[in-house]
Order: sequence, then C-alpha cells, then structure tokens
Amino acid sequence: MVAWETVIGLEVHAQLMTRSKIFSGASTAYGAEANTQACAVDIGLPGVLPVMNRQAALMAARFGLAVGGSVNPVSVFARKNYFYPDLPKGYQISQYEIPVVSGGSLEIHTAAGDKTIRLTRAHLEEDAGKSLHEDFHGMTGIDLNRAGTPLLEIVSEPDLRSPAEAVTYLRKLHSLVRTLEICDGNMQEGSFRCDANISIRPQGETTLGTRTELKNINSFRFVERALHHEIARQITVLEDGGEVVQETRLYDPDRDLTRSMRSKEEAHDYRYFPDPDLPPLVIDAHDLEVLRNELPELPDARLARFIADYRLSMDDALQLNSQKEIADYYEETVSCANDETRLTANWVTGELMSWLNRSDIAITDSPVTPAMLGQLVCRIQDQTISGKIAKEVFEAMWASEGDVDSIITARGLTQITDTGAIEQTVSEVIARFPDQVAQVRAGEDKVIGFLVGQVMKATSGKANPQAVNEILKRQLLG
Amino acid sequence: MPHRHNLTTLRDMLRRREISSTELTHHFLERIDRHSDLNAFITVDEEGALAAAQQADKHLARDEHAPLTGVPLAHKDIFCTQGLLTSCGSKMLRNFISPYDATVVERLAKAGSVLVGKTNMDEFAMGSSNETSHFGPVHNPWDLQRVPGGSSGGSAAAVASRLVPGATGTDTGGSIRQPAAFCGLTGLKPSYGRVSRYGMIAFASSLDQGGPLALSAEDAALLLQCMAGFDSRDSTSIARDTADIDEGLKINLHGLRLGLPAEFFDESIDNAVLTRVREALGIFERLGATLVDVALPNSAAGIPCYYVIAPAEASSNLSRFDGVRFGHRSDQASDLLTLYENSRAEGFGEEVKRRILIGTYALSAGYYDAYYLKAQKIRRVIAQDFSKAFEQCDIIVGPTAPTTAFSLGEKTQDPVAMYLNDIFTNTVNLAGLPGLSIPAGLDEAGLPVGLQLIGQFMDEGRLLGAAHRFQQATDWHQLVPKGF
Amino acid sequence: MSISEKDVVRVAHLARIRVAPDELGRYQAGLSDILALVAQMQDCDTDGVEPMAHPQDIALRLREDTVTEADQRSSLQQGAPQVENGLYLVPRVIE
Ligand SMILES: [Mg+2]
Ligand SMILES: [Zn+2]
Repeated sequence: MVAWETVIGLEVHAQLMTRSKIFSGASTAYGAEANTQACAVDIGLPGVLPVMNRQAALMAARFGLAVGGSVNPVSVFARKNYFYPDLPKGYQISQYEIPVVSGGSLEIHTAAGDKTIRLTRAHLEEDAGKSLHEDFHGMTGIDLNRAGTPLLEIVSEPDLRSPAEAVTYLRKLHSLVRTLEICDGNMQEGSFRCDANISIRPQGETTLGTRTELKNINSFRFVERALHHEIARQITVLEDGGEVVQETRLYDPDRDLTRSMRSKEEAHDYRYFPDPDLPPLVIDAHDLEVLRNELPELPDARLARFIADYRLSMDDALQLNSQKEIADYYEETVSCANDETRLTANWVTGELMSWLNRSDIAITDSPVTPAMLGQLVCRIQDQTISGKIAKEVFEAMWASEGDVDSIITARGLTQITDTGAIEQTVSEVIARFPDQVAQVRAGEDKVIGFLVGQVMKATSGKANPQAVNEILKRQLLG
Repeated sequence: MPHRHNLTTLRDMLRRREISSTELTHHFLERIDRHSDLNAFITVDEEGALAAAQQADKHLARDEHAPLTGVPLAHKDIFCTQGLLTSCGSKMLRNFISPYDATVVERLAKAGSVLVGKTNMDEFAMGSSNETSHFGPVHNPWDLQRVPGGSSGGSAAAVASRLVPGATGTDTGGSIRQPAAFCGLTGLKPSYGRVSRYGMIAFASSLDQGGPLALSAEDAALLLQCMAGFDSRDSTSIARDTADIDEGLKINLHGLRLGLPAEFFDESIDNAVLTRVREALGIFERLGATLVDVALPNSAAGIPCYYVIAPAEASSNLSRFDGVRFGHRSDQASDLLTLYENSRAEGFGEEVKRRILIGTYALSAGYYDAYYLKAQKIRRVIAQDFSKAFEQCDIIVGPTAPTTAFSLGEKTQDPVAMYLNDIFTNTVNLAGLPGLSIPAGLDEAGLPVGLQLIGQFMDEGRLLGAAHRFQQATDWHQLVPKGF
Repeated sequence: MSISEKDVVRVAHLARIRVAPDELGRYQAGLSDILALVAQMQDCDTDGVEPMAHPQDIALRLREDTVTEADQRSSLQQGAPQVENGLYLVPRVIE
C-alpha cells in the first residue's frame, strides 16, 4: 500500500463590500427582485462602457498590503471570453497577466505547528449573474442582479496538505477579509466562495499529480467533507490502476458526493486580451502609504497581543481570534470587566460559545451583551457570587431576566462571605461525614474536595469556595 | 434652395430668422424622400424631427440659441438613439430600439440640432463600401453605380447629396475619411479620446472614434465642438476643452510644415488621385506652407496589423449579441448551443462573421503571440514612426484613399482588395491621431479625390484651420453632384 | 498562410457561429486570404518593442462608489427575445 499525500490549492472569490458595482452605478444590495439591479452596463447593452469603482481598487490594495503581497503599481484588466447565459457580454472583465496583487502569504496554525501558505495572486474581476433552474416551461431563467458585483479572486499556491489545513486557511482568510472590512464573508449569500484544486501523489513524490477542480464548496462545513470525498475518490481511482482525469467537479451537498460537470468539460480557450475599454489601473506609492496607515490591526497581530498583553493561552487566543466578531466581543467585555482578561476569556470561549452554538445565534446577536458579561465577571471577581452561581445568572440573563445585579438580588444569590456562617456549616458537615474526615486526616488530600462540595451544597452554592477551603482545612488539620 | 448652403450658413440664417427650422426640416425631409433611391437612410424620423424643429423655432423666436439650434442633422445608425431603431446596419439589431442616447447624440441634441434620421452603414462598421449593410448598399451621389465608401457611407451620401447639412460618422480604420473622400466631403476622425464612445456600438474599442461629415472644415469644426469633450461614462475619454478648435480656425499657413511621407506617394496609387493631391499641396505652398519629406517606414505593416487588432477586439465586442437579452434570436434554438450558433449565424452578415472568426483565431490558444501580440508591437512601431515624423513637420499629408469611388460589386468578392482601401487611413487609428479628409478636386470620371491631413495628438484645431484656409482659397468643397 | 477546415470549425465553435458544411470552404478560403495578408506582419522588426494596447498612455480613471442607477428593468427588457417574471429565458441549461 502506498501512502498518499494530498495537495490542495484554493481559489477564493471574495465579494467586495462596495455599494455600487465594479464597472457601473447599479446597487450591489443582496436579494432584490430579479434584474432590477442590472443596469444597461450590467446587461451589456450595445454601446455601453465600463467605468471602474475606486473603492474596489482600494479594497484590493488593502488586501495586498495585509498579506504582505506586492500591490502592483500598474495592473491590467483583461477580457476572459466565453459564452454562458449568465455572462452578459460574452466576456468577463478580469485581470490576467498583471493582477492587482502578486504574492503574499497567510500563516496558519495546525496541529503540527505553524505553517505559511503562499498566495499566488489576488485579482479584481466582475461577478456573473445567476441561472435559475426552477421550472419556466423547461427553460432556465437568468437574473443579472449579481452581474458586475466586484470580486477579489484570491489564489493560493498548492501548499495545503489536508482538508483540515484547507479549512484552517479558509477560516483565516475569512477572518482577514472581514477584519479589513472588504468583504462581509456571508457564505450563504455567496459573498465568500471557494473552489479547490486537488491532487494526490505518493508520499515523497515531488511532481504534482493530475488535479481536479472542485466547485461549489460554499460553507466551512462542506469544504472538509467535499475535499475528503474527492481525495478518497482519487485514491480509489489510482489504486484501481486508473488515471485521474483533469476536470471540473461539483460537490453535491445533498447527496454528499462529487460529480463531473459535463457542461464545463469542453476544452477552454478564454482568449484573454487586455480590455481596450479600460486603461491600466494605477495605484501609486502615495495611495499605498495612505492605505497602509489606515490598516486596522490584523488577526495575527491581535492574536499576538492577546497572548502577550492579556496573558492568554494560545488555545484561548486562537479561539477568540477565529472570528473578528468574537475578538471584538471579547475585548469589549474585558473593558467592562475591570480588565480581567483570563476569566473573561474563559467565559467567552466557554459558557457564551456553548450557548451561542446551542441556540445557533451569531455572537453579534447574543442576548448577553459584552457589558452584561463584563458585569458578571466583575461580580465573580469581587466575590459577590461564585463561578458556579454565575452560570445560573448567565442563564437568567440569556433568558432576558435582567442585568447581573438585579438577577442576583431577585434570586438572593449573593455569596456568603460571612465566615461565621461558613464556620457553622463546616462544623455540621464534619460531624455528618466522620469517615471522610478520617481519610483526610490520614493524608488523603483528594477527599477534601468532597467535603468542600458538601459545604457548597448545604449553602446552595453561595458560600465563597475559597473561604470554605480555608475554614475546612483549619478545622480538620489546624 | 436652402440645401445649397453649408451648415454654418444655415445656422446663421436660422438665427437671423431668414428661415425657420420647421421650413428647413421640411425641406430636407422632402429631399430625403425624393432621393430615397440613394438608400442613405435606414430610419427617417419625420415626426420627431418636426417636433424638434418646432421646439427650436420657439427658442429662435426668443433669440435663445445653442450652437446648432434648429439645424437638421443625421446620425450614423451606430449611435444609440433613445426610442429610435439603432440597427448598426445589421439584421442582428433590425428591431433594436435603444433605451438610451449615446453621449454624442445627447450633446448634439443639447446643442439644439434637429435629428432627422439614422443613416445607412456597413454592418457593425465593417466595410469600406457600405455594401455589407443588411439594409442594402448606398449609392454614391456622384455616380449612382459607385459606392459611397464606408463604413459611414450613408452619412457621406446624405451630406454630399444635400439631404442633410451635416452628419455623424465613426472611423475605426478610415470609415469617416474614406467615404468623405469618395463623396467630396470634409470628414474628421478626431484624436482617440476626444469624442465619447459611450452609446456608440463598439467595433474595435481601441480604434473607434466618432466624428463629423460636413461640407467644409468650418462646418466640421462647429460639429466637432458640439460632439467633443470629456465624458465620465467613457474611461478612455480625455478631459480637454475645445478652445483649440476655435483658435485653430484662425491659424495662418505661413511657416506651416507639411510632411510628405514617401510611403503615401507610391506608384500603386491611382494617377488622378496623385495628381490632384500634388496640385492641392501646390496650393498649400502658395498659401505659405512648406513641404518637407518625412518617412513612415513601417506603413506597409499597417494593414496587416490593423486586420489583427480590429477583428480581435471585434470578436469580443460582438459576443454580447447572443440572442439572450436583445437583438435577433433564432427560431431554431432547441438548446443553448443552437440558440447561440443559429442566432449569430442568422443575425450577422458574412463580412462580420469573417472578421469575428479571424479575430477569434488570432486570440486563440497557440496563436496569440504570433498574431495579437505581434500586431500590438507593430502598433507601437507605427505610433513611433508618426512621432518621429512630427519632429520634422506639423501636419502629415497624402491621399485619403488610393483610388476614387469604385463600382458597386467590384470588390465584394475579394475582402483583401477591399481592406487595401484603408491603407493610408488605418495607421492613423492605430496611433490614435486625428485625421481629416478634404476634397481636392475630381478625377477624369468626375469623381471626388480626397486629401488627408494627419495631425499630432489633440491637434484637430490646426488640421481644421489649415483645411479652412485651403477652402477659402479653393472651391472643391463647394462642388455639388449633378442632380442634387 | 492558410487555415484548415478543422481550424475553421474550431474557431466557429469558439465564436458560437454556425458554419454550415457547404459554407466551410468559402470561409476557409476567405480566412486564408486574410491570414496571407496578415502574414506580412513578419516583415516588420519588433525585437524589444513593448506591445501597445491603448492609443494613449493614460491611467484608469476611477469613479466614486455611489449608486447612480435606479431600476430600469422594464425599459431594458422591452426588446428582449423572451422574458418571464423579469427573468431572461434561455433553453434549459444543464450543469
Ligand atoms: Mg479562477
Ligand atoms: Zn474568478
């Protein structure tokens, strides 16, 4: 049996968050009635001409700076010629020989350590429209609202070695374009789409195997599944003595398989040439300097800051940085929690995340706001409540019962820090569990936890656990 | 006989209210109708024209006038006109009513002109004889058995036969200048970027320019001033005002250096054409200009270079005519492929298809470098030749076309022979320079000969000024074909 | 320079123009003549010359990112060959 190595390169189409289209003044808003946002330029009416959107150019340059690529001072728009009903002009305005961004890279954290994924390029282009295959008397309906929406196509080198790496890279890229505020990352609406080039080769081999292109893997959930399927399929083909055919395949999430796209099978000859309607795009050093100064803190820098300044573990820092919104939420909470960074991190990655996941709610829509959670952390910190009680408070806040203090008051959850009261309960517990007390005294330290638990139970969790510990130890051993 | 006057004169008569726009419009509409056998028009908009004329008369009555208030004009059918058929001479667009106006149309309307109709043209501007039109050939008013030139043949025939005092044309490789030469007119192809291409149906985007066809340099200047100017809807539009055109008309020919490229005075050129051109240059000399020899050593590569670049761009520009959103859709369209292939096979004429195919070939995998890229390099060499020549002269002169108007049908079976008509004009498009054709007399058959003046980038003013001085000293531009 | 019938078929397919079998010869001849003309390009020395895609040496002008086009669907679809519910219809596309 040969051991196979997987080689994956990704092409991501990130829809740029402009108000108007890349070459026309039509709106890019999602969800409008068919063809109501397809103006004369978008439908390629005879005589119309493209005029480039400044914002799209600046967004592309911002991306280039963020990934350490070179933002080319002069880049060229080219026409990619092919016929398809959702491509109104019979060509897509894209960039070919000289893209707006060349090179650059992204660092990803994998189980095996950090890894650099090189980017080949990022280029600007216009999106196509949509074909609707619902029944129109056996015909296909064409909606050109999306035609002309600005896209940044981000192409990676074949540096990814597993579906898991591919997903990590995608998440990193997703977080980056959102941090840069150039793409809303909405995968459901197609704002962040991914195609993958996949090949396999025997471990140790240096030349690339024949690749297939996998289209339509438009959710993080599908990416890993689709890639696994395709890799397994290629292995089967090769191990059965066959050959992988270079082709475009489509992932079908409903049937959970990939299949050949017959309609796109024919040999492509796109006849690229410079678009004569558009002189070269020029981004000069001054523009770049301005953009560089305006760059927000990037995910890598934020991660480093979380570790260095907030003294978070790598795991927590990574988890908090997996999405810009989570990191934003976390930092806002910290600022409402007396800068209690680590305890806040535990609450965000723990309780908050599990509630969000369970309810399938985005962090930006969380019923527990950063201010509320910050307040909760403060109450734990000042020992008004214990961590355990805090969970009850959190649940109540989630159910919109009010803010931290009113819930604590209403439910009488204030922690018992009165040592007299705790001394009393401790004495009762010592009297009730003589066997365990004997074990502790004989040096079985672990059993002390059981006694602490009994005290907490007896006070409905309201006793300050630290005080309980001290008093117990003093009464038993002192 | 108001049609005997040129556009500037008519404009002044209107302002002095010696004639009303309604009368003038009626007069020209009548002439268009009487001479419909020329086939110069695809669409005549009587109703719209008379309404616009009435409106103009109201303004004139109040002494409110824009530069062209009340002057009837025609547009080549390549310019989109809202609410009117815009066919581009093609079956593909024989039912296409444009929902918007081209910038040129908008500007000339704003200048007060009255649009009488849309003129015939070679299909998608591909031709040099106006014989590729879906709406049939146009006849040259100087000899009805001959071609008017192309592709702006309808505009040229209409102005020459005084069916309209001025018209727009477009020039990708000579399509204003060659028909101007064949019909005895003054026709200007402006510098690339001077006139907006928005709403002008694209043939070859890096070469196309709209411009005027008129009876005199003065008229052409007036029309250009109204057509030209920056347009934010065209990314290749150049921000430049038209003050130089006014200034240019006042120039003096003393010391003006006219450059004669040996390559434009080749023995393959029709004798009568050469003779008339030399005589015209003699007149320029008498008016104070000096003649200098210059060289355009790579001119011979112009035609082959042009016939790669223009079809390559056209093959892509014409892909939008696919039967999906506008234009002709075949009845024989059982699936997507047959929808495309049959709609395009039926909608396009043979010359258009030939050029799409050659352009597709030149861009296709394995051929791009040898054809398209090579042509682009030659394009630079040609542009550099012009720059060098302009170090020695102010204007380059020569014949507009190697012959006078040829017979209908004479070259339709031989595309390459047809292409050679543009031998002196298309290098000017490749370099993006302004070129002007003016009448320089008649050959022995009584057919007009054109003299071409080529200027430096954005130097239309000087071209028009030189032509204006010449026309003040000669009357070739006032000759009227018999029967008109 | 000449072009084969096979090339004509290939190019006609790329350009989505049906060329009937009885037209093939005529197109082949016409295109071959043009290619013979075009072959004269080889006489021009272009060593070290940069290709020229635009007649002027200008930078792309950029427009501000504002929405200027309102819904014009009904006027834009007036002459469309086949529309329904605002959609352009084409024979079923199979993917
Ligand atoms: Mg791609
Ligand atoms: Zn793309």
